[in-house]
Amino acid sequence: MIPAFAEPLLALELAYWQETLIKVLVGLAAALGLTGGVVYLYLFKFVSFMQSRLGPMEAGPYGSLQLLAEVGKWLQKEDVAPSRADRVVFGLAPAVVLTSTFLIFVVIPAGPNAVIADLATGIYYVLGVSSLSVIGILMAGWASANKYALIGGLRAAGQLIAYELPLVLAVVGVVITVGSLNLQDIVAAQANGEIFGFTGIGNPFIITQFIGFMIFLIAIQAELTQTPFDMPIAESELVAGYHVEYTGIRFLVYFISEFATAVAFAAVASTLFLGGWAVPESWGISRDAMHWVGPLVISAKAVFLVGVVFWVRFTFPRFREDQLQTLAWKGLIPLALANIALTAVFKVVF
Amino acid sequence: MTAVTDRQKLSYIAAQAADARVNVELETEGMTLNIGPQHPATHGTLRIVAQLDGEQVIRAEPMAGYMHRGYEKLSEVRTYPQVTTLINRIDWLGSFANEVPFILAAEHLMEVEAPPRAKWIRTILFEMSRVANLILFLGDMGVQLGAVTPVFYAFRDREFVLDQIEKATGGRFHPNFDRIGGLKDDLPKGWLESTKSSMDKVRSFCDEMEDLLLGSEIFQERTRGIGVIPADVAMQYGLSGPNARGSGIDWDLRRDNCIGLAYDELDWKVWTHPDGDSFARFWVRLQEVREAAKMIDQLCDGLPSGPVMAKVPRIIKVPEGEAYVSTENPLGEMGYYLVSQGELTPFRLKIRSASFNNVSITPWLLRGVYVPDIITILGSLYFILGDIDR
Repeated sequence: MIPAFAEPLLALELAYWQETLIKVLVGLAAALGLTGGVVYLYLFKFVSFMQSRLGPMEAGPYGSLQLLAEVGKWLQKEDVAPSRADRVVFGLAPAVVLTSTFLIFVVIPAGPNAVIADLATGIYYVLGVSSLSVIGILMAGWASANKYALIGGLRAAGQLIAYELPLVLAVVGVVITVGSLNLQDIVAAQANGEIFGFTGIGNPFIITQFIGFMIFLIAIQAELTQTPFDMPIAESELVAGYHVEYTGIRFLVYFISEFATAVAFAAVASTLFLGGWAVPESWGISRDAMHWVGPLVISAKAVFLVGVVFWVRFTFPRFREDQLQTLAWKGLIPLALANIALTAVFKVVF
Repeated sequence: MTAVTDRQKLSYIAAQAADARVNVELETEGMTLNIGPQHPATHGTLRIVAQLDGEQVIRAEPMAGYMHRGYEKLSEVRTYPQVTTLINRIDWLGSFANEVPFILAAEHLMEVEAPPRAKWIRTILFEMSRVANLILFLGDMGVQLGAVTPVFYAFRDREFVLDQIEKATGGRFHPNFDRIGGLKDDLPKGWLESTKSSMDKVRSFCDEMEDLLLGSEIFQERTRGIGVIPADVAMQYGLSGPNARGSGIDWDLRRDNCIGLAYDELDWKVWTHPDGDSFARFWVRLQEVREAAKMIDQLCDGLPSGPVMAKVPRIIKVPEGEAYVSTENPLGEMGYYLVSQGELTPFRLKIRSASFNNVSITPWLLRGVYVPDIITILGSLYFILGDIDR
């Protein structure tokens, strides 16, 4: 399957730093490219379809270059900081949020070798770095010297902490089933799996861990602060929440990180529950071919899941802060714990 | 009612004292949050100064007046036909409805009466401005609660109604169509049929809203029991229109004091809801849109023939006297107290607009709610800034 012209490329011997550099650049390009695609596909077109309007039509065919126009517009805007803002923290906050986003992409496997760092504790690492964004959001809320931003930042902190727990607990079920935290192992377990001897579709964990999958989806909706869990932004109450004072390129960074995180979490969810980059072993696609097919497979799954997130986002009204906490602490966490107990029992029995 | 024991009273006092001590020690004083005048949820330039304790409102006060345009004074230097141009802009979403009570007051003083056909067309346009106004409310309530999609449906379907108003009057927003003694023109050809088909669109919009918002668990969670106005409090603050009917007050000027309009001859119903919360107000308005669509269908079917203008002098001078006429406008009771001294212009015009009273209940209503509920309650009270400030 590998084209002839690519053979010498594979034979190249690279130093570790060269290899890492290439991986990081390719990973960054893939993350940004997917994010841009998702923004065009869902935020511009899918939502316009839902709201019975056309969306962007002028920039490029069917408005496909609209995103470039928007980015260009933001880059030109003046970078304003409120006079009473804590300028250092105010400037650093978007960088912290964006860093947290890109760190998630580091461990998501897109093929047999296509992963920047194949950590043994992969999923543990993902859940850890994704929480870093809370710090950035709190920094933004506090440093903006704006009451709306402060309320938004505090709401975000409360919400993200509350929804970290169901997120972690939903993953535990998968980890128990596989017996490993490594994302490649989780993918392999699903590709090689069988359902009562039937190997046609492998064993994606969405079937055995359906409760976990639903909890994970709800929790990422909240982690991404998308409606119905968007009180930190709440444009009808808090105007724009923690990023109300940001303009120009700094706002662009928040925008990118919001949607890149959506892609990242969707990729994690598809790795954990939908089989990741792999196709079932029984389909007999060679490992060499998967170098090329794998990234496409996981991209398609991730884009589909982002679509679900946006579908929900543009359909429902938002919860109130206390209702959201009630849902997390009284609904999702007990359910996730029950799921873990059930999974553990099944693991021991079968 | 369960009796409060001394023990409970004591523990309550002790808790309050402990709170006060903590506040003094940690200096946790409240925060004043200024919502508006520029804020996405205030439909214009209403300002609400809210004192918060965390996310809870201790005290909230609406401050109106950022859009005061002085219509009462301005109308003293306008001739009677010119005044309708101004008062069109009071509640700008249901413009035609603003003209009607003023014209009725002037007609009452002049002792002229519009011919039946003019009365019926007035009623049609009156109800159409109600539909155009309330449709936007139904969609906008979704935006206040965070659902962005309904408002696009609202704008889409309101356009069918505005198209009909434009075909009949020439103005989408500000028809300026009502005249003392009748109407400016008769209806254009084919208008009645296209109106009835636009009412089908309105009905399907109502069904859509029922699916998308009213039936949504999150919507119910956010609105049920939020901003409850008991009937007696609603009476004390002078609420009117759907806000009063949402509190179970069965009072509708279209039925109870119908002058100059054709409501007596129609088959319709006044909807009330006993709960008095935000959900009830939304529900009542949804039913009123449906009822208005039903009424417009009946009016189109039974429209009498004849002239649309009574005999009035070319130069209108209203005889000396005073008159107060109010009608059931989309936002509630709207009345004009007209004092004439027999000249070309009104001597004094007092405008009683619904939103001013409806918004005056907010300090009472917003005490103790959470910040997101401020927006829900303001949205469900449904005011229009032009209608508050005039």
